[in-house]
Amino acid sequence: MSEHFDAIVVGAGPAGNTAAYTMAKAGLKVLQIERGEYSGSKNVQGAILYSDALERVIPDFREDAPLERHIIEQRVWVLDDESYLGGTYRSADFSKPPHNRYTIIRSQFDRWFSQKVRDAGALVVCETTVLDLHMDGRQVVGVRTDRENGSVYADVVILADGVNSLLARKAGFHEELKPKDVGLAVKEIHFLPESTIEERFNVKGTEGVVIEMAGKITQGMVGTGFLYTNKESVTIGVGCLLSDFKKSGIAPYALLEQMKEHPAIKPLLAGGEMKEYTAHLIPEGGYNAIPAVYGDGWLIVGDAGMFVNAVHREGSNLAMTTGRIAAETVIDLKARDKPMTARNLAAYRAALDESFVMKDLKKYKDVPDIMDRNRQFFTAYPNLASQAAHTLLTVDGVDKKTKERAIRKTFTRARTTFGLFADAFKLWRAFE
Amino acid sequence: MHILVCIKQVPDSAQIRVHPVTNTIMRQGVPAIVNPYDLYALEEALRLKDRYRGRITALCMGPPQAEAALRKALAFGADEAILLTDRAFAGADTLATSYALSAAIRQVHQSLPVDLVFAGKQTIDGDTAQVGPGIATRLDMQLLTYVSKIVSLDLSAREIVVHRRSEGGVQVLKTRLPALITVLEGINDMRFASLTDVFRAERHKLTTWSKDDAHIEDVTKIGLKGSPTAVSKVFAPTSTNRRAEIIETQSGQPVDLAATLVAKIVSRHPDVALAINPSPVPDERPL
Repeated sequence: MSEHFDAIVVGAGPAGNTAAYTMAKAGLKVLQIERGEYSGSKNVQGAILYSDALERVIPDFREDAPLERHIIEQRVWVLDDESYLGGTYRSADFSKPPHNRYTIIRSQFDRWFSQKVRDAGALVVCETTVLDLHMDGRQVVGVRTDRENGSVYADVVILADGVNSLLARKAGFHEELKPKDVGLAVKEIHFLPESTIEERFNVKGTEGVVIEMAGKITQGMVGTGFLYTNKESVTIGVGCLLSDFKKSGIAPYALLEQMKEHPAIKPLLAGGEMKEYTAHLIPEGGYNAIPAVYGDGWLIVGDAGMFVNAVHREGSNLAMTTGRIAAETVIDLKARDKPMTARNLAAYRAALDESFVMKDLKKYKDVPDIMDRNRQFFTAYPNLASQAAHTLLTVDGVDKKTKERAIRKTFTRARTTFGLFADAFKLWRAFE
Repeated sequence: MHILVCIKQVPDSAQIRVHPVTNTIMRQGVPAIVNPYDLYALEEALRLKDRYRGRITALCMGPPQAEAALRKALAFGADEAILLTDRAFAGADTLATSYALSAAIRQVHQSLPVDLVFAGKQTIDGDTAQVGPGIATRLDMQLLTYVSKIVSLDLSAREIVVHRRSEGGVQVLKTRLPALITVLEGINDMRFASLTDVFRAERHKLTTWSKDDAHIEDVTKIGLKGSPTAVSKVFAPTSTNRRAEIIETQSGQPVDLAATLVAKIVSRHPDVALAINPSPVPDERPL
């Protein structure tokens, strides 16, 4: 086959769909190739949709996108074995349209997005795997798929092939993922009737709740847990660094099973019926682990480029934003009749640096490393915080001053005064 | 040679869940696929086309989103695809469906005579295996169901020889064209379409027919009105709590295992012991 396109997008997740949609909408001749049976058939996420990133591409997405619930309440829990200490932010303001974020079911949402890509004029081909990139010297000129007559050519290839990005690795654009740079998350979707969710989480209509969790549930590994409310189901999951799973020998499913038994979590799932079990790798290496994201005739977007903000648990919005900026770079070069060389495509990286994507990732660039080397944040502190709260809240005739002294003592005994200051300093440095 | 293949878009039954409260089938979010048996039919038609040349028309009745099923058929190599879609068809049972499909096939036949109609042995959602035979009857075609192999096709003599699976074995049958054939699973392995064909399928402009396009005038024969089948109740089978038990003995010898098994059965069902040995003999062992 000798057909030539303006751009080929490999992958149909949020990054690939946004890139393909944006380019097709601008009138470019776009081919998108997806390995799964349809866009969304293999895609896994928590999943929270942040409106802003999508709104910039499809402003009226709320009209027909399959959305589950809009989030009006965010809880953050630090869990000890039997207890948790937490904070909640809930605002009626979040219920005023347009809503800021939603829970979604990816298999449905991605399918909707994929239809938009087709409607915009892109040629979308599924059940087709890209095996190799066609090179002309250093320039990527097309792709070879696993189908007969499977080669197809384009001015530029956008790699949106997800966390493993086998294609980019095969082409030598980046190295193999390091276990310390990826999280492994497992999640389950439990069916619960709408009325039960409304009662249990104190919501009505399409309102929803998000609970982010950290602490003992990860058994000393660097990671977090989460619970999201969907229309007729609750999603629960936990993710930790792959290197930690390897070191501890804990099976991910066992971790989730144990988490579900926590006295604060169990009642939220009671009576539910498990509908789905999925697992996914999450690129969490942060700023320092971002590979080269452009070259002669190619760009990398989304998970494939490590574009995940693990601290704020944002990923799909970074995927959509990188997809959009990559597309805009290509559209601009095309309009000015410039070749898709590394020199010209460098504009993509420059635009990323100016966006929240790189600014946020840069801000937290030391977090992965600090968390990796300071396990007390996942073990000792949840325990100490719970103890402190427990001591203060137990009315037993002991005066408050003595209680405070006792609490102080548990902290200095566990971490020493210097250790406490050092930890505070590390956190300040990491999140400043 | 012109082969018409009937395909249906069905919910992927492997992913269907029953609503725990209402006990109804939850279709939302369940991916729609081409009825797997129909793919065997399509592949068999494609193989005949490879050998004898000709045209393949895929025909599907369903809602507008069934277009995806036809695009798949086109990607595999069908030349033409017709989506029979109309609100008037909604709620059709097998009687009404075969009526509508045979009307459409009659229309196709007028522009290009149909030699063979292929269908899967049944669908995975209804499991009735009635639509194929229904069409053959209405169109007065020869009918061969549960075909496991096509032995030969003689276009000049207008004869086809097939293997048909029956309860007792395999029948070798010869019939004249035009014929309707429903094929068994496993008759072939589906091909992997070339990228050229996939592109062609994605870009193909589908033919969409309403009931008027299919020249259906009698609306009492289609849709809910034309369907004498009434669903009185849908329910999920209750799960049984019986558990398997593994019998072990220290020796592991078959004779001991058998003895333990018999003892277990007898202890739980004393009537079994009576049935085996109606008049128990007194214990003969010396005290």
